[in-house]
Amino acid sequence: MQLIFEKSRPGRRALALDPLDVPPVELPAAFRREAPPALPEVGEFDVVRHFTHLSRRNFGLDSHFYPLGSCTMKYNPKVAETVAAHPGFASLHPHLSTTPAYWDACQGALELVHTVEGILAQVGGMEAACLQPMAGAHGELAGTLLIAAYHRDRGNAHKRVVLVPDSAHGTNPASAAMAGFDVVQIPSTPEGLADLDRFREAMNDNVAAVMLTCPNTHGLFEPQVAEIAEMAHAVDALMYYDGANLNAIVGKCRPGDLGFDVMHFNLHKTFATPHGMGGPGSGAIAVGDRLLPYLPGPRVERAGEGFVLREPPKSIGRMAPFFGNFLIAVRAYAFLRHYGGDGLAAVAENAVLNANYILARLRGAYRPAFEGTCMHECVFTAAAQAEKGARALDIAKALLDRGYHAPTVYFPLTVKECVMIEPTETESKETLDAFCDDMLEIARLADTSPEALKAAPGSLPVTRLDEVKAAKDLNCASLP
Amino acid sequence: MSWIPVTEQDRREMLAAIGAPSVEDLFSVIPQSLRMRGWDLPPGMAEAALRRHVAGLAEKNRVSPVSFLGAGYYDHFIPSAVDALASRSEFFTAYTPYQPEAAQGTLQAIYEYQSAVCRLTDMECANASLYDGGTALFEAAVMACRATGRGVVRVHPSVNPVWRRILLTHTANLDVEIADGADPEGAACVIVQNPAFRGDLADFSELAAACHAAGALLVAAFNPVSLGLLKSPGAMGADIAVAEGQGLGLPLGFGGPYLGVLAARKALIRKMPGRIAAATVDTEGRRGFVLTLQAREQHIRREKANSNICSNQALCALRALIYLCLAGPEGLRGVAEACNAKAEYLKARLAARFPVANPGPTFNEFAVRLPIPAERAAAGMLERGFLAGLPLAAVGAGDENELLVAVTETRTRSEMDAFAAALEEVCHAVDL
Repeated sequence: MQLIFEKSRPGRRALALDPLDVPPVELPAAFRREAPPALPEVGEFDVVRHFTHLSRRNFGLDSHFYPLGSCTMKYNPKVAETVAAHPGFASLHPHLSTTPAYWDACQGALELVHTVEGILAQVGGMEAACLQPMAGAHGELAGTLLIAAYHRDRGNAHKRVVLVPDSAHGTNPASAAMAGFDVVQIPSTPEGLADLDRFREAMNDNVAAVMLTCPNTHGLFEPQVAEIAEMAHAVDALMYYDGANLNAIVGKCRPGDLGFDVMHFNLHKTFATPHGMGGPGSGAIAVGDRLLPYLPGPRVERAGEGFVLREPPKSIGRMAPFFGNFLIAVRAYAFLRHYGGDGLAAVAENAVLNANYILARLRGAYRPAFEGTCMHECVFTAAAQAEKGARALDIAKALLDRGYHAPTVYFPLTVKECVMIEPTETESKETLDAFCDDMLEIARLADTSPEALKAAPGSLPVTRLDEVKAAKDLNCASLP
Repeated sequence: MSWIPVTEQDRREMLAAIGAPSVEDLFSVIPQSLRMRGWDLPPGMAEAALRRHVAGLAEKNRVSPVSFLGAGYYDHFIPSAVDALASRSEFFTAYTPYQPEAAQGTLQAIYEYQSAVCRLTDMECANASLYDGGTALFEAAVMACRATGRGVVRVHPSVNPVWRRILLTHTANLDVEIADGADPEGAACVIVQNPAFRGDLADFSELAAACHAAGALLVAAFNPVSLGLLKSPGAMGADIAVAEGQGLGLPLGFGGPYLGVLAARKALIRKMPGRIAAATVDTEGRRGFVLTLQAREQHIRREKANSNICSNQALCALRALIYLCLAGPEGLRGVAEACNAKAEYLKARLAARFPVANPGPTFNEFAVRLPIPAERAAAGMLERGFLAGLPLAAVGAGDENELLVAVTETRTRSEMDAFAAALEEVCHAVDL
């Protein structure tokens, strides 16, 4: 398909402007560019056709089952789009919050921020939440910066070590490093769990924090999480909860009750805001009492009938200029209020039911990486298939030809030829059955004619792409 | 619940296949002592009630005032086609393009976005997006430290003070020193902004040359809409260019989601944070697109990654791309010229009564010194149906009587005339 730049024709235009109702002006030449930027010259219909065609070269959640482990690709409710598009939110200038002179004009938005932060704090079992972080990784950075501020404030600048299990998302060690910490990786047990003995060995006065995902990326709840928290707190190390897998336990148990001091939510996972091809998401954080004074500011607080902004006493500063990805929070609010306090547990219950159903149906053909029931996702190893010549990647590509987005493959790094499937609570039994039927057929092909899978995908606009050439040529922009 | 399709019959059949007596049994691994102790959340709400409730909150906000409020975030016109195309669910419900064959739409769009950013800025490479302008500034500073092996970042007074605060927060625990000024000696980079936060225009070409002579990089923050008219960061010799992309087809949305734009010279591409799309071919020799240089990123390099960024603002980048395609070179120039001409008109009108605080030319925004505190003027103007601008003292960027006034192409001459009259009235009323 042509690039939009290749469709450019001199003199063709889309955007027409109102006639200028003031005298034209001319800036001094030193400040002006010599020629207009080389953007495409196309008509509005060209643009509409081009992007409509591009959209048809994508798998979206509305069109395809997307069992991507660790990504929680659940249905994105349409009502969330409707309420977020309300001009009362969409057209609201963020600097209305900057000066008290304008607070009267944004009371509804401040109330929403305050309410969502209050709900998130309760869902997390925490004291308070903050919407500023703009993605999960940004929440991790905010959380680890809070932990750094806490230790600095207590005169414990020597606490520079963050313990992270080897099954953690890559963002955990990357965020801890960005917050200035040294990362020590703790290997998991053969059963796929956090290794209590290894944690005990690594725990000392230099440890600032432990970052855990629970259930972990093996899809397993950490039954000894409370013991790890106790161990950490004994040396004044804080517990960070990576909320990527919160969908498994929302409404069933809460990170704060498990002993965590700080966490992030992925509103785009647990609370169903659209993933938008990789963003925008929202990585709101929540903290317990230890970290409360350090939260990013300003904070929305209730004052009489209205809402005002105040800076926390020892705030780390600002993670975002305003309240993070506010319109994403509006969408998450719609999700949270739809389910309400009495309905949220059904999310986790059905997510876990669906994952275990897939585990039960596939375990005869693909080897589960770990024993027992899983939580919201099931992890298999395709090592046996790989030995015969069909790798996890080939299974993934074969699924694309059958009309499914592939599961997550090769993550977590702890499992060979890893295939990680997360169905979420919003998929029907019929969808799961059809997917499992196709997975079983692929397993048979892997056994009998693995070369048939190597050619996949064959039904999409392109076949497998040359990633080595891409990295060698580094053609990352079409330049005039 | 309307978004969970599992029936009682399904549940029985699935539990039988699993071999579990109940759904609760699947949670037996969670010790009873760690279970929910109850919470105080309101009950659920069906769609009709939910829409009424959220609309009620939205309607407590006032979006009717005629706005002269900018300070980095502007109410530019958004063509209908931007919303129509970006709301296609094949875009907004898709995930990160980790399976490129099933995401050629996303990947080509990212490649085209990177191309459009390069053409706009006269830079050689761009990433697939960062969160917003402030965090893009932070990433650029860290990138400059990585590229030069130095740890001092100098922030020019032209830079948005809120972004400077974000930079300080994000680097608080790193071996990076944030210093003020424009002296490139020994620095990793000097960060400048054009137009400046207070609206002033500058040509930083000489500073770029001085940076390069001192082994430092020039990081230039820019306003993307202004580049329809203004000299680009690339033309000034900047090494890294960053921007808040909100003006390119994104609603104000009370602060987000916005778009962090980052572009650089090609020699710096391996130091860039975030995703990068690249062109390649498939097994049949057809052009296709993939994510490339992923060894820079957290899912491969973990604690040694260039950045921790994973989720970005891809859908916002798509909106910006669609906007730039609809505008084209002449449209963007027209928008920029209209902003400039209208701002000059209002500046001249106000200058008759209030001193303008900018020493030289401005683009779409300027500061005036009022006879009364700007906070009080702003409150009075709100009562008269105007957002008068940003009192500069609120962000520490001016004295208490200074007001930063922005004008976009959406304002009309009659609105500006009414604004000038109302501002005179408000200042006069308080004067007495």
